[in-house]
Amino acid sequence: MSLVEATPAIRKTALNAVHRQMGAKMVEFNGWDMPVEYPASLGGGIIAEHMAVRTGVGIFDVSHMGDIRLAGPQALAAVQHISMNDASRLAIGQAQYSALLYPEGTFVDDVIVHRLGEDDYLLVINAGTREKDFSWVRDNTRQFDCAVENLSDDFTQIAIQGPKAVNLLQKLTDADLGAVRFYWVTRGKLCGLDNILLGRTGYTAEDGFEIYIPADEATSARLWNEILAAGKELGVVPCGLGARNTLRLEGKLPLYGHEISDTINVWEAGLDRFCKMEKPEFVGRVALEKAKAAGVKRSLVGLEMTERGIARDEYKVLDAGGREIGYVTSGSPAPFLKKNIALAYVPLEFAAVGTAVKVEIRGQSVGAVVVPTPFYKRPKMK
Amino acid sequence: MPYPTDRKYTKEHEWIQANGTSATVGITDYAQQSLGDIVFVETPKVGAELTAGKTFGTVESVKAVSDLFAPASGTVTEVNGELATSPENVNKDAHGSWMVKLTLKNPGDLDSLLSAADYEKFVAEEAGH
Repeated sequence: MSLVEATPAIRKTALNAVHRQMGAKMVEFNGWDMPVEYPASLGGGIIAEHMAVRTGVGIFDVSHMGDIRLAGPQALAAVQHISMNDASRLAIGQAQYSALLYPEGTFVDDVIVHRLGEDDYLLVINAGTREKDFSWVRDNTRQFDCAVENLSDDFTQIAIQGPKAVNLLQKLTDADLGAVRFYWVTRGKLCGLDNILLGRTGYTAEDGFEIYIPADEATSARLWNEILAAGKELGVVPCGLGARNTLRLEGKLPLYGHEISDTINVWEAGLDRFCKMEKPEFVGRVALEKAKAAGVKRSLVGLEMTERGIARDEYKVLDAGGREIGYVTSGSPAPFLKKNIALAYVPLEFAAVGTAVKVEIRGQSVGAVVVPTPFYKRPKMK
Repeated sequence: MPYPTDRKYTKEHEWIQANGTSATVGITDYAQQSLGDIVFVETPKVGAELTAGKTFGTVESVKAVSDLFAPASGTVTEVNGELATSPENVNKDAHGSWMVKLTLKNPGDLDSLLSAADYEKFVAEEAGH
C-alpha cells in the first residue's frame, strides 16, 4: 500500500505553449502556470505592460478564470438567492459586479453576473476558487428549477484592455462594439468564429473587453496571434499577471484572498453599493444586517507612502506611536501613478482621508497617509 | 550576455570586483532579468560592516523583494547614490550599476566564489529548471 498522495498537477491554459514560446516569465498562481510578464523585446515588462493598458491596449490570457452557467425557469431566483447584487435589474445582455457570500456575510468569491438570455445567467469567478465556488453554487441552488453547469474548462478567455481596446477588437468582429456599453455583452463573428461572447468588462480599471472562445489549443493560439497581429499598429502589448495586479490595485478592484475573503464582510470591504439590502433574501443578508447594527469595526483604506519604502501584502500597519492597528492586503509601486500605494484594513478611527499612519517594512516604521480611493479613475469617455 | 571575467560571482547572484583590499559589489544581469523592473534599492550606510554570506540590503522589483547577500566581509566605503533615484539603472546595466564599495577584511574571501564561466554554467542550470 502506498500512502503517497498525488500532488495536484499544475494547470495550464490552452495558451500555455504560446506564452512559453513568446518567452514569458511564468509563475504559479492559484495552481495555474501563468505568465507574469513578457520580455522587453515584445514591449513587455510589468511597467511597460501596465502603461500600455493605461494609454493604449494590452491583451491578457485570463482563461484560468472560471465560468458557471445557471439556466432554467428559476435561474433568476437562484442567482438572487446566492448573490448580493440585484440580478433582477439586469436586462438581457447586461452584466453586474456581485459576490457570493457565506451565511456570515463574508466572501465565497466576487463574481461578474452576466444575463445572457431570458433565464440564462453566466457567473465569471476567480481561478483560485473555481471548485469551491461551483460546489457552493450547486449546493445552494438545489431547491430551484435551474441547471447549474461548470463551463470553466470550455472557454479560453482573453481580456483586451485599454482605451484602444475597442479599436483593436472592432477590426476583428462584425459586432457593433460602439453600441456595447460598459458592463454589457454582445455576440458576434470573431476571426471567422460565429456567435462569440464579447463582454465589455475587465479587471484593469480601464475600458476593455473580455472574450470567450473555444478552449482548444489551435483555436486559442490562432485567435491570440490574430489579435496581436491586428493590434500591431495600435501598439498592442501582451500582458501578464504582474500588470494585471498593479492595474487592478490602482483601480482598487478587490482580489480574493486579499481585500475579500471568508473572514472579511461586505461592509468592511466597502462594497456596499454592490450589496442590495432591499432584496428580501440572499445568503449572508441576515448576518450583514446584524453586522451593520453592531457597527463596522474596520475598513479597507487606500494608503500612499509618504516616506521611502514599498508596502507589501501582509505588512503591518502601525499608528503614529508604533502600535499595530491593521495590515496591508495589497501593496505595490503604482506604475501609472508613480507612487507606492497599498490597500489596508485599519480600525474606523484611522480610516479618514489624511490620517497619518506607518507601515512596518523590514523592522522599520515608514510613513504613509490615508488617501481617497480608487487611486486611479479612468478619464470619462467622450 | 557574457559575464565579465574581471570579477567573481555568488550563487545568490551578486558580483564582486576586487582590486587589492578595495572591492565593488552589485547584482548580476541574470538577477536583474529574473527580478524584472527594479524600483527600489536599499543599501547600508558608509561605515557599515558586512559579513560574507549575510544580507546587507534589499532590491525590490514591482513584484518582488529580494535580499542582497555580501559576497565578502568588509566595511562600506561608498554607496551608489544614483540608485536611490534611478533604480532602473540596474536593469539597464547590471554589471556597471554597482551598489556598494568595500574595504575587504580578507581578500581571500573571493577565492571560494564562482568564476564568470562557472557562474554562467550555474545560471544556465538554474534557468533550465
